[in-house]
Amino acid sequence: MRVELAVSHNTPKMEEDINLSDSELVFHVRNALKLSIQGECDSYNQLVEVIRHNQKLGPEEVALLVTCLKALSGAVSCINLVHHENLINAIFGMCLWNYRTDVMDALVELILSLAASSGKYVNLCLDMLVGNFVPPPYFNTMLNEPRALTRKSQVLDCVHSTLKDIADMVPLSPMILEEKITERMPKPPMNLDPVAMVMYVENMLRLENGDLGPLVGRMMLVAIVDFLVSLDEQIPWDDIPEDDFTKGIFDMELGEFEGVGDDVEHDSDEMKESWIQKYLGGNKFAMKLDNLLVLIFDHLKLCCESGRLTQVFEILLQSFQKTVLPIYKSRFTQFVMFYACSLDPENCGKKFATMLLDVFMNTVHPENRMSAVAYLASYLSRAKFVSASSVATMLGSLVDWCSDYCKNQDGGINPKVHKVFYAGCQAIMYVLCFRMRSMVLIPRLKLQLQLLNIGEILRHPLSPLKVCLPLIVEEFFHVVSEAQLFTFPEMQKADGSLESELSRAFGGVEGLDMFFPFDPCLLKKSDSFIRPNYVYWSMVKSTPDDDEEEDDSDDDVDEAWGDEGIDMVDRGGRSFENHAFDDGFDRSFDAMSITPKESLLHKFVAKHSRMQMPSKIRPSTSPESL
Amino acid sequence: MEALKVANANLVVRVHPSKSRKVTEAVLAELSSLLFKFNETFDGVVLAYDPNNWSSAARILPGVHPYLNVGLSAKLLLFSPKPNMLIEGEVIKVCQQSIHLIVLGFSSAVIMEEDLRDEFKYKFKDGKEVFISQQQKKHRIENGAVLRFAVKSFDEEILHISGSLEPAHTGNVQWLEKNLEKWSQVESSKGRRSD
Repeated sequence: MRVELAVSHNTPKMEEDINLSDSELVFHVRNALKLSIQGECDSYNQLVEVIRHNQKLGPEEVALLVTCLKALSGAVSCINLVHHENLINAIFGMCLWNYRTDVMDALVELILSLAASSGKYVNLCLDMLVGNFVPPPYFNTMLNEPRALTRKSQVLDCVHSTLKDIADMVPLSPMILEEKITERMPKPPMNLDPVAMVMYVENMLRLENGDLGPLVGRMMLVAIVDFLVSLDEQIPWDDIPEDDFTKGIFDMELGEFEGVGDDVEHDSDEMKESWIQKYLGGNKFAMKLDNLLVLIFDHLKLCCESGRLTQVFEILLQSFQKTVLPIYKSRFTQFVMFYACSLDPENCGKKFATMLLDVFMNTVHPENRMSAVAYLASYLSRAKFVSASSVATMLGSLVDWCSDYCKNQDGGINPKVHKVFYAGCQAIMYVLCFRMRSMVLIPRLKLQLQLLNIGEILRHPLSPLKVCLPLIVEEFFHVVSEAQLFTFPEMQKADGSLESELSRAFGGVEGLDMFFPFDPCLLKKSDSFIRPNYVYWSMVKSTPDDDEEEDDSDDDVDEAWGDEGIDMVDRGGRSFENHAFDDGFDRSFDAMSITPKESLLHKFVAKHSRMQMPSKIRPSTSPESL
Repeated sequence: MEALKVANANLVVRVHPSKSRKVTEAVLAELSSLLFKFNETFDGVVLAYDPNNWSSAARILPGVHPYLNVGLSAKLLLFSPKPNMLIEGEVIKVCQQSIHLIVLGFSSAVIMEEDLRDEFKYKFKDGKEVFISQQQKKHRIENGAVLRFAVKSFDEEILHISGSLEPAHTGNVQWLEKNLEKWSQVESSKGRRSD
């Protein structure tokens, strides 16, 4: 094997017009390196100049560069970290994105040789490779071109195969790789380049799914979740005027616009867009988070198809419990869990719900427990893929816990002391608002519900009905009276308020009384993944028309929850008191509207009265409630 | 193999108050954090631990965070390679300028061309890279072989060993085990003749 050096006019003439074998070339380079230590630096400097170039290279210069890199691979034992600092800087300053595959291959061969030759270079090599996860800024504008996509594929293939090769040679290198990746990860709120950020996470997911997955996959997922949370926290809901929150209401869920009459549909889409635009449109973090979520959803889908979802989900679950659950104000990151559960409801879905229930019932920190039960309630209510029987089982556990709690208490209302209990009661009511209508259609579950001690809990002197959010209590009354499962003599007409002093007291400064983590996802792209498995309030809410068109409404329920073996229709009519309640409810909604009276939204509300579950948005808690 | 030793250590593990319900788990997690890292106190890399003699009287340290002080003694298996020690590793790559090995599955090692005895010559045979002894043709160093080599230096951060095949009795372990006795006799008789 021989290499013929082609020397151009404007390149340093290190080896002129001579033919050298590979080993001779290595010998020359070694010699140059050794001589430089003794003070004879001419050849060494020429070598450095070849590697460190500032202009675009011609074919001959490229050939010389490749030759030098290959020769250096054979001379790594002569490279001295102190004496050859310039050469080392030149090598590690090279960017794979700037070269064709021949240079790329020669460079990574050298990197691999350096990493394997001495522990001193491992850090530098890994750092350089991680640095090549993202292209140089000039490349971002061309990323949609086929040529750039090919280059992207070549570079990233090269980077990942080299990382694997280094791990084979240096078994502990994945530990350092994890550190390098987390170190180089962009940190909000710095100005993040969206393309680079997505590509960086793409690489992390590729590592997770690749040969190094068993070694670094866990850390990659954890770091990604942490990153999502940090982006999530940067979305400044405080930009929304305070007045909007004191009124505190979104008049309708964004999802409710789906499926209404054609004449409204177009306008409603505009309305939805305008709401998203108003609150998130100008927010660069929201858009970035949206793109990242889509990337992760695709990855989870891939994991599901390759049978790795359970393994990945375990890591996500632990990460969720450690990072997301305790912050009480994550708005979007939790949809990673929702989507993963939707891919495997039987396994992942149940694990998620069981973990939340376990945190609520068996841990110490009160805020964590309240957060967990809020997640559980929101999940059971919104996840279309959770069967009614699973909901009934979870509800049974919640009710039993609340019932046991009541038995040990003989005092009266105290929102602060009993906040965990009130959070549990609110969760029970919230879930029933969404699921009772479908559950009572199944005789077994209806019986199961009747046997629960819900009435006893709600009538206890701790008075959860007075402490929990009034709007949830009101809607609960409505659903209960419709199903005729329980009776509450103290059912009162609504005053239309969203919160009360007592609810605020049990929610604390974290606002956990208003925390509904799986409210509709306001991120447009991510929502397209969530939507097929998501239950909007309009899908389960009965309307006055239901009483007249019962058949149609039953179809709606079937559609919302899928085929869950519903074999009996047994739904009671509504009492006079409830109609009276409805009127108040409607009025309260009008009163709470933040939308101009003549707006399209207002017309829509007027047209479809009682279509809305009380929904709201508040900066510190949730993008939308109920 | 040299460089492996067992040490009896008396340890005190400080357990965070949040772990007070699961002290055993917390102590074991703390011990696990020592694994595969060079520890100056033990002068080696902790490869395994076997805790025993747990103190039943953990102390609560006064202060803002009342950590629990749990005393225990443990047997530690340490990997502590020093220059000139003979250790063994599996060859994972052979190239003209170097031989790369993995020692005990976690530590990387490299033997550079200049640290090989002159008898070993690089060959590219049947699509495989191999070093073959010119004196003993069956003494070969190729991928998958287990080598006994001398330690030149040890990078404590990345646990990377620089090795040498200069000393006698180093090379392919399989060949050495079979032929060492015979080879030694030949070498010593050569020595006597030369005297």
